[in-house]
Amino acid sequence: MNLSSLVIPLLLSAVAVYGMGRRVDVYSALTHGAEEGLTVLLRIIPALVGLLTAVSMFRASGAMEWLSGLCAPVLEALGVPPETTPLMLIRPVSGSGALAVASDLMMTHGPDSYVGRVAAVMLGSTETTFYTIAVYFGSAGIHRTRHTIPAALAADLTGFLASALAVRLFFG
Amino acid sequence: MAMAWVWTGMVVLSLVFGLLTGNLDAVANAALDGARSAIDLSVSMAGILCLWSGVMEIMRVCGLSGGLARAFRPILRRLLPNACRDPETLAAVSANVSANLLGLGNAATPLGIQAARRMARGCGGTASDELCLLVVLNTASIQLLPATIASVRAAAGCKTPFDILPAVWLSSVLSVAAGLMTAQLLARVGRRRR
Repeated sequence: MNLSSLVIPLLLSAVAVYGMGRRVDVYSALTHGAEEGLTVLLRIIPALVGLLTAVSMFRASGAMEWLSGLCAPVLEALGVPPETTPLMLIRPVSGSGALAVASDLMMTHGPDSYVGRVAAVMLGSTETTFYTIAVYFGSAGIHRTRHTIPAALAADLTGFLASALAVRLFFG
Repeated sequence: MAMAWVWTGMVVLSLVFGLLTGNLDAVANAALDGARSAIDLSVSMAGILCLWSGVMEIMRVCGLSGGLARAFRPILRRLLPNACRDPETLAAVSANVSANLLGLGNAATPLGIQAARRMARGCGGTASDELCLLVVLNTASIQLLPATIASVRAAAGCKTPFDILPAVWLSSVLSVAAGLMTAQLLARVGRRRR
């Protein structure tokens, strides 16, 4: 038995039992949440269609290889797989775009390959930086953002480098 | 608009590269395959995504996120001392952080905006050090269970989609720390210059 197989059933039961203890109708909360998951999915499907079309064309034309080759020397020195270049470029700009590029990498290289895992960790440890900045400062009426963008990009860059490092650390 | 430029650039570059390398047949097929694979992917990740959204909703309803928010207050008081003098801002910020941790992006954003608006009052359109810090915290991911990514991995045929969790946590911690330290450092440099 794999220990990580314990996580999901345990988490599901723990949350259900805790909720019941709090006299919460866990089943209707579950279905209500699932409905919300469906609306999230509905919102990202159009973006996935648009971006996976473009990404798949980009790869088939050889442009992806050219772009990755351009960044390869620097990235290889840092231990980051050059295949993830398009993911790193799109991540701060578009969440659904990054999801599309990362899932393309996972399907092409395999979800358990080095590239596939690094792509997944990159996606999990960074956010859509420019979107977040625009939403927060836009609604707060801020025009001078001062050092926010450089600091946020420093976090993204660290996240990308750390993703490759962490995958090598945990998966050899 | 940014995505419009990205998309147009990718499609036009594909055409140019396709013509130059003689891969144009492959490019044409790839366009259709890409669109189809988007739907395949969406269908195969739908179940897991819905299940986790449901579990997150149970956590929210039974007050687990509220408890998490209370646990964060001492740390946030140290990180954003001025903002946290106002109890309502403190409540919004800690709820924002805990929603982010649980991966409730839809709940986190309005809470964060509420906090940002309170923190921006009377500053004349210039972000304060603490507001910059709050936004940087939100541009860095601090998700405990990246459910969407796990569902993509499962859709791509992975047997243990959650085995990347330790790597995601380590990478997130490093990235958040780098963002916060850069923000603190640049705030200090900016003050000295003025």
